[in-house]
Amino acid sequence: MSAPGDDASRVDVSSADDGDTTLVVRLRRRDEAAFVTLLERHQTALLRLARTFVPDAGIAEDVVQETWLGVLHGIDGFAGRSSLKTWIFAILINRARRRGAQERRSRPFASFALADDDEPAVDPDQFLPAGHRWAGHWAIAPEAWAPSPDDAALAGEIREQIAVAIASLPPAQQQVLFLRDVEGWPAPEVCHVLALSETNQRVLLHRARAKVRRALDAYYRGAARS
Amino acid sequence: MTSQRETEDDLACQALVELVTDYLEDALPAATRRRLEAHLAGCDGCRVYLAQIEQTIGSIRAFAAADLALADRAEFLRLFREWAQE
Repeated sequence: MSAPGDDASRVDVSSADDGDTTLVVRLRRRDEAAFVTLLERHQTALLRLARTFVPDAGIAEDVVQETWLGVLHGIDGFAGRSSLKTWIFAILINRARRRGAQERRSRPFASFALADDDEPAVDPDQFLPAGHRWAGHWAIAPEAWAPSPDDAALAGEIREQIAVAIASLPPAQQQVLFLRDVEGWPAPEVCHVLALSETNQRVLLHRARAKVRRALDAYYRGAARS
Repeated sequence: MTSQRETEDDLACQALVELVTDYLEDALPAATRRRLEAHLAGCDGCRVYLAQIEQTIGSIRAFAAADLALADRAEFLRLFREWAQE
């Protein structure tokens, strides 16, 4: 059986490392501890990423379950052309996309199908208008934020701001921001699993970060006034 | 063409904020990168903006990572055991 998700491996991404090789060998021997290692390593991220493709948490769980089944049934054919991690995530994304498309067809009025927007990074009102001698320069310059707080309650507020801002992003922006900035993946791996060009990946990352910055800026300005 | 008064050495701040990600990703052409850095050197507002973006990235990394409880493992172990017995 050919490995699901492997057909997307046009791009040269980091190949399997030694840890991968050992895990793959152990998994092929039906070693349960190897499977638990993979679950602990990736389950949370898989679930969160799945959630960006489908309309509810229950469906996301189904997709993750299907993904692990795909991993188990595909592991004997895993060729190691990409890392084990990107292979697993490619399987997830493949299944989540298909499931998301089915759900959109069956629920035409569902509100999860957000179009990508083209908002500027910063509200145009913060810049001097056309015709002004310094058009396009700051009218309201950004103010430095307080350093990230050590205080647990304040940290909780910032976490909440970030969570709300990320949840309101279009799915494609959430996916790129999640893999790049939450999971810390390098750009080429993100382009590979999401089948994005480098330019598109940067555009999505740019818009996503800019919107989270705006949310944090509103929060810090509010905190500075109170 | 815009009415913005850009000189060879300067960018409007409004243009700079749209280049910040390409700058941080090291994806700007060398000439644009030099213009951006020349602008940053002389513009407090844009330096603060860049610092805010960097702080945003750091906060996302620090705060968004661990807010989902690990799902129940039992269901997945059952999948594994069924597969292992095939």
